[in-house]
Amino acid sequence: MSFPVGPPGGGATAGPGRPVQYERIAVFGGIYSNHRALRAAVEDAADRNVDALFCLGDLGAFGPSPDRVFPILREAGVQVIRGNYDDSIARGLDDCQCGYTDPRDNEYARLSYRYTFASTSLENRRRLQRLPEELRFRLGSLDVLACHGSPRRMNEFLWESTTPDHFLSKLARDHSCDVILGTHTGLHWAREFESSRWYVNVGALGRPANDGRTSVTYAVIEADGTSLDVEFVPVTYDHEELAREMREEQLPEEFVQTILTGWWTTCLEILPSKERARGRF
Amino acid sequence: MMLPVLGEVKGNETEAAVTAPLSALDELWFQVSGTVCNLRCTHCFISCSPENHSFWFMEREQVRDALEASVPIGVKEYYFTGGEPFMNREIEGILEDALQYGPTTVLTNATIMPERRAHRLAKLRDASRHSLELRVSLDGITREMNDAIRGEGAFDRCMAGVETLVAQDFLPIITCMRSWPEEETDRMLAGFRKLLLSVGYDRPRLKILPPLLIGEEAKRTRGYADTERITHEMLEGYDLDQLLCSRARLVTADGIYACPILLGVPSARMAGSLHEAVRAPAPLTHSACFTCYMSGAICSNMPAGGGEGH
Repeated sequence: MSFPVGPPGGGATAGPGRPVQYERIAVFGGIYSNHRALRAAVEDAADRNVDALFCLGDLGAFGPSPDRVFPILREAGVQVIRGNYDDSIARGLDDCQCGYTDPRDNEYARLSYRYTFASTSLENRRRLQRLPEELRFRLGSLDVLACHGSPRRMNEFLWESTTPDHFLSKLARDHSCDVILGTHTGLHWAREFESSRWYVNVGALGRPANDGRTSVTYAVIEADGTSLDVEFVPVTYDHEELAREMREEQLPEEFVQTILTGWWTTCLEILPSKERARGRF
Repeated sequence: MMLPVLGEVKGNETEAAVTAPLSALDELWFQVSGTVCNLRCTHCFISCSPENHSFWFMEREQVRDALEASVPIGVKEYYFTGGEPFMNREIEGILEDALQYGPTTVLTNATIMPERRAHRLAKLRDASRHSLELRVSLDGITREMNDAIRGEGAFDRCMAGVETLVAQDFLPIITCMRSWPEEETDRMLAGFRKLLLSVGYDRPRLKILPPLLIGEEAKRTRGYADTERITHEMLEGYDLDQLLCSRARLVTADGIYACPILLGVPSARMAGSLHEAVRAPAPLTHSACFTCYMSGAICSNMPAGGGEGH
């Protein structure tokens, strides 16, 4: 079950059945309407000899003109799952339910959500509704579960500093997989939490990783026997042009600054202290 | 040993049980300093004080056993509370142990936070890949407002503690019980930001809690009304994950409780061991469960579901 049109070979399966096997894949995290970074990532991945492209959801939010990411995903044959933002937009919820205590964060979240909702065509909203919540496939001999937040909850944050190994083992056990792929936090990391069992947060294409760099990140993942090679690929793109578009769409200047500086400026209270301390704000 | 100092529990706790099953043991709490505290706050829901020895300190060994038992269960994070956790002489060793297992949060009043302790905590933090969170209780934006609740001198000592922690690059979560009308919350949050900036904390993390109308708070304001109870009807269509007891248990020196609020409540004592305590559903018959029901798991660092960022 792939996003609008399937990739050659039928794609991974969202339900029971024989899972498709790959050897080397490219996985994108949240796009947040950053169509420029998405296009750059698709072009970059084309040179990396991968069998399939995946996106782990959150197509909209934050950036300009959400409809622009859809044709890029379709043309590249990217297999997409649904993120929490997609879920809210598809179901027409009032807002993204961020629940921040900082009134400033709440206001930005509301603005961004309303803009994304109003700018996503009905046709694309329906596409979001049809996206599966997870995909299962094989990478070499490993069973992979691709999800947005965690295998048990679409909006669960798995930060590097707050996700112990034994908790990942429980998730892998409960959901019968060797490898969990996720995004949602926007910060990439990977860990072999027990022998031949991996968690990979593929990062996000939508905004930089709060590290003062304007590049964004995706993951190229390759099976190597029962091991996994994970490469986090930095993607440079015309971020200044994206910033110009965001201003044209009257999106919050704080969001624009994140694109231009590589530092997160809003919605910071979701970060655990270790991750927060690495940022500027 | 049951806690005699808790606010009165109204109604019949044995009536047809309203319960919450444990969906997953994500949070393991430790009553690491029992009910012993260096302060006597007038809003304390478990009436902690220097003299309240209803629950005693946990020993490092006891904590270590529970940490070890939490591994096969797949616990996600650890919380240490009291009383005042830093009254426990073994606390630094306990935190060192906990940080090897997972992310660790300490709920403290920060009034006994000399520089050398903050420095040692920073070393523990830096040596671990897991986050060490310090949640500091401060109940007002002025000396008068805070000390009316937390006692004379508490404001100055707490602010000194925050300053010491910030100097060690901690980003404490400042926690405050809402003792003002709800519509004033934005103004209060702004007041906290300004206050914390004055001790060099320029990106404060703030958490406002609703009052729990038990223990000392029931005397300070009011207790729960008889109608403020969770009923079977109220649970229809309700997301049980909002309740802390569906995701947490509290380990004490004397058994396992459903949650940190219900310390000492006989019906909330689940078992003697963690292994047994994860099997039984938690009773929702206590009046304080009503606040958790209305406000969502207020004790966690993050709301249930972790919020919905993007």
